[in-house]
Parts: sequence; structure tokens; C-alpha cells
Amino acid sequence: MQCVVTGGNVKVLAKAVHSLSRIGDELYVEPQEDGLALRSVNSSRSAYACFLFAPLFFSRYSIDRGLDFRCKLAVKSVQTVFRSVATLEKTVEKCHVELDKAKDRLTFTLHCKHGLLKTHNLSYQDTESLQAVFDKDSCANVFRAQSRVLVETVVHFPPSVEEVTVAVSSERMWVRNHVEDEAERSKALLTELCLAADEFDHFAVGAPNSITFCLKELRGLLVFAESTGLPVSVYFHEPGSPVVFSVTDSVLEGNFVLATLSDDHNLQKSDSGGGHAEPPPPPPDDFMNDDIDSYLIAMDTSVVPGPSTAPPSAASRASPAADSRTRKHSEEEEEEERDGNEDPGRPPSKKFRSLFFGSVLPPSPQTSTQPVTTQEVLASDSEDEDE
Amino acid sequence: MKFRGKIIDIACLNHFSRVVTTISKLTKMCVLRLTPDNLFFVLSGKVANGGVGMWCELLQANFFDEYQMEGVSSEFNEICLEVTPENLSRALKTVQNAKYVKIKLTRKHCPCLTIAAELPTLSSVSRVVTHDVPVDIIPKSLWHEFKEPSIPDFDVSIYLPPLKTLKNVVDRMKNLSNFLLIEANMNGEMKLKIQTDLVSVTTHFKDLGNPPWGEDSSQDGGPSHSRDPEDMAEARVDIRKLQQFLMGQQVNPSKAMCNLVHRNVVHLVVLHEDVSLQYFVPAVA
Repeated sequence: MQCVVTGGNVKVLAKAVHSLSRIGDELYVEPQEDGLALRSVNSSRSAYACFLFAPLFFSRYSIDRGLDFRCKLAVKSVQTVFRSVATLEKTVEKCHVELDKAKDRLTFTLHCKHGLLKTHNLSYQDTESLQAVFDKDSCANVFRAQSRVLVETVVHFPPSVEEVTVAVSSERMWVRNHVEDEAERSKALLTELCLAADEFDHFAVGAPNSITFCLKELRGLLVFAESTGLPVSVYFHEPGSPVVFSVTDSVLEGNFVLATLSDDHNLQKSDSGGGHAEPPPPPPDDFMNDDIDSYLIAMDTSVVPGPSTAPPSAASRASPAADSRTRKHSEEEEEEERDGNEDPGRPPSKKFRSLFFGSVLPPSPQTSTQPVTTQEVLASDSEDEDE
Repeated sequence: MKFRGKIIDIACLNHFSRVVTTISKLTKMCVLRLTPDNLFFVLSGKVANGGVGMWCELLQANFFDEYQMEGVSSEFNEICLEVTPENLSRALKTVQNAKYVKIKLTRKHCPCLTIAAELPTLSSVSRVVTHDVPVDIIPKSLWHEFKEPSIPDFDVSIYLPPLKTLKNVVDRMKNLSNFLLIEANMNGEMKLKIQTDLVSVTTHFKDLGNPPWGEDSSQDGGPSHSRDPEDMAEARVDIRKLQQFLMGQQVNPSKAMCNLVHRNVVHLVVLHEDVSLQYFVPAVA
């Protein structure tokens, strides 16, 4: 394999690597007929990201036909190659990525100004192909927005916020931070944001619903989207099935697939609730209108203060069911591809269901060695967890 | 009990947010007292027991375009809330470019200070963000703990050097010792000292000036008048508590002074336009 990236595309490649580093510790590199795929998955396999750079993205792109090569590298070492995106932009004119089969090294050569050459030889591991199973075209809810809209949404949530819940109706999208525990709710800062459909370039809600997912990976994608100025599309269906964030242009495609919390309580709500899933918290107009008496409250505080006096308000989330939430595995297992060996490697304690994809076996010739390869991967994943 | 305030002016919003951020650097929890004219952030550390105390006073009219409150009763027209200033500060920081910000006391899953802001967008509909900051309502029976502290009967009162300078010095000293000795006299001199087995370091400040407290001090015998201007008063304090105070300062105040009660307490006062902040650091033996 040999590919050459020039000019501004070096920065795009660098940003992609940096945003993949938000997902997992390993970068899966797979030169394909239709372009170079860079992928990453987190240790609990609840988040997966993939960039596919079409041959046209490169000023030269050649792969060895007939030789199925794919590998994984420590994402940290690839990040080192592209450290400091700012200087990269100013100094690097060309970047060669080449596979040195003889030495088993993947070589990144940066051609900088003044004839300076920087060569990084990175060792890699052979691996099976990493491929998530998701189908964004069948998602009932599809949105597209300028990256700025999403960036300005996410900025309201402090870095400590791990998960957000997104609820949609036919005209609006609500985003709020997800607090797992009822007890925490009376201590945590709750933030909620309402976006009108107009803010989106495309806003289609087939199933009014609400999903909860991790913010960290989305922040990663937004860094990429913001720097490339590409709009972000969002696809999701229902709680428990993955949400997909994607960026596309003529020479590249990026998909971030994130598991969502399967919240049976939510699910029931949406079944019975018809139009509105989990009643989106008080409509913004209530907050913002100027009729002061409508939201001023009278609280008698000379008695015992605190939550004990508060009636179970806005009952939407008051159910203790949140704790006893069960995961629906069966459904997920159907989605899992042929390879069933996944389970042992899955850390038990993760909040999100992690089975939304399985590893795909590489095409035939090496099939006999397959179980071994798979085992290695699983082992390394669980080690990561232990660290 | 009702409270609702609205800030439209962006400078006021920035200013308010800076004050809250300063408070959040000083303490994890504090009490917010709302009266018809003022907002107070209070930390009633029992200085006698080694805790720090804080008193920050804001005139509501200087910040809010609309301000309506109704206390517990007409006789006790006040609201007393326990808040986490960090949460308040975070919420305010994200709405710095808002068209307006409303702050109100609401009853949600628990009592909350709800900060609702309308943000500008490209589309015709503006974007609304709300932050619910959980608060605890403090019953009237405990209010007496959050009254304005009286100015201690100090031995020496002196203006502080620029806080940035002070911070640089204290930050360095922090690496060497856990305790710092502050000495000052009525001749405008101040020394910051650390002493360990290995090293002693002293930073001298001169010509700082002594604030004229005038009648106040002469009334109660005026120890600061009768004392020898060269005579040093001293207090040994936990250097982290001093550092915390210096770290929190977001703007250079128009006035900053230090009142020393010999071997008892350091009383720091910062005035910035319409905001006054008092900070009490107890002396340690």
C-alpha cells in the first residue's frame, strides 16, 4: 500500500486521527479498493467510528490487489505523527503513508518546508477487519445541521457531563444532560437546551423519541466537522439502538456509531404516549414568557426544607425503574454478525449495550487462523479494561 | 417566597458571572441571601474553629434590569438559599452572549435556581437554554448564622500590594511551606514570611499606605491610633487559604486591604466598583 496526501488534506487526515483517538486506543487501518478506511472502537465496544477516504482524496493511492492487508496501531503513536495540527498546516506539504512489508512497519513520511523530512516508522499488529453493523438509512429520525449548531449546543454542557439525552418532536429537539441516579439529581446541575427545527438543514422525525448516549465521542466528531466545515447528519431510531453521526463530502465519509441507553421506562412511555415520547420537559415558552406568576412558586420554608417537601413534580422521570433498568440483549444479539465469540470479551459493568456490532471475518483464505486472531483481539480488549 | 431577576445588559451579565466565578473559587458551598436591594454570598465559617469566612455583597440594581422578590413574610422579606457557586458559575459562563438571562427560583424535582437564557441563532426562532441549579432552602431559624460579620477590632489595617504580585509571591512560597506569616504595621509596611528548617524567605513591601478608618476605630478606643506605627502585628495562616483567595480574583479591584488582628485573624477586604468581598482567614498557632 502506498498513498500520498498533499496540502490541506494532511490536516483533514490529522483531524480524523485525533477524533478517532477520542474513541479507542487502537487505530485500525484498512486499505480498501474504495479508499483508505481508518477505524476505532472503544474498549467496551459501545462506540465505533470509521473514516473512509476515497482514492480521490489522495494525490496517489495504490494498494496491492489480491493482498488483504489490514492492521491496527496504537492511536497514540499515530497522533504523534500528526501532533500539533496548527504547525502541520503551515509546514507540511506532503505526507506519504507506505507499508514496508519487509520490516513490518507502516511508514509515515512528512515532507515539510525547506526540504525537511520527518519519517515515522510505526509497528503494527495484524488484525481482523473491524466493521460495525448499522443501517442509517432505515432510521426513522434524520437530521442534518451545520457543525456550528451542534458545537454551540454541546458547549453548554460542562466537560464533566458524560451522557446527554436527546428528545425529538416533529418541530423541536431537546438536549439535556442525563443523570443516572435519582439521588444525584437533587445535587447535579441540570442543563437543557431546545433547538428549533429551523436551525437544522434537514429535520425529519418519523418516531418522536428520546435517546441517551455518551457525549465524549460526539465531541470528537465535532472537532473534525468543525475544522472541515462539513455539516453533520444524525440518524437514530429508538432507545437502545445505535445513533449514527456522520459527515460526508465527495472524497470522504465519517461515521460515528454510538450505543444508546436502552431504557425500558422510556420505551413504555413512548409506546403509550403516542405523539410525544417521554414528555419533553416543560416547553420553553413556559420558561421564557413574561407572565411572572405562572412560574413563580410559593414554598413554605419555615418548615423542613429540601426535597422532602417537594411533590413529585414533572413525573416524567420520577420512576424508580431507572435503577432496575434492564438491558435487552436478545434484540441486540440478532444484530450481531456471524461471530458469536464476542461475549467473553465484553466488560460487564458498562452502562451501554455493546453488542451492536461484531467483528467481521476476513474473506476466506485465512479462515483457519481466524479463531486465534479473534481471541487475541478479545484478550487485548479486556486487558485494556483492567488497566 | 418568590424570586425572579432578569439581566439584559451584557456587561452586567459578564460582571455578575465574574463575581460568581470568584466566589466559586473560594468555596464549594455557600449561602445566597436575597433581599429586596441586595444579593449576598455568605460563607459563615466559624473563624474561631479554623474555618474561613466570606461575605460578598452586591447591589441588585447594578446587575439586574428586573428584580422581583418576595421573602418568607413581609416582616422577614428575605430568601436564604444554599447553593454550589461552581454550578451557578458554569451555567452563567455558557450564556455569555445571550440576549437576556433570567434567574428565578423554581420548584422542579427539587428547589432550583433556574437560569434561562435566550441565545441568538441564525434561524428565526431563538434558542433557549435552561440550567437548573439545585438549591437548599434555609429555614428562618438558621438565618442568624448568615448575618454580616462585624469588622474585627484590628490592630493594623493596611492596603495590599497589587493582587497579582501578591499571588506570584504566595504561589512561590506555597512550594516551600504550608504556613505563611503575615506581618504589617501602621507605617505602610508588610512582610510575608515563611520559615522552615531549611529556609526562611521574607518578602518586604513598603509604602503601601494605611486606610483611614477614622471615627470607627477611635470610637472603640482606636488601638490602631495609639499604637506605634513601626510596631508589627502578625498572623500565621494556612497558605492554601490565602492562595485560594488570590486565585479567585478575576479582576484587579479598585481597593484591596488587609486588617490584622494580632495572632488571631486576617481580614481581607476587596472593593470593586459596586461589589465588596470580605474574607476571613483564621490565624494558626
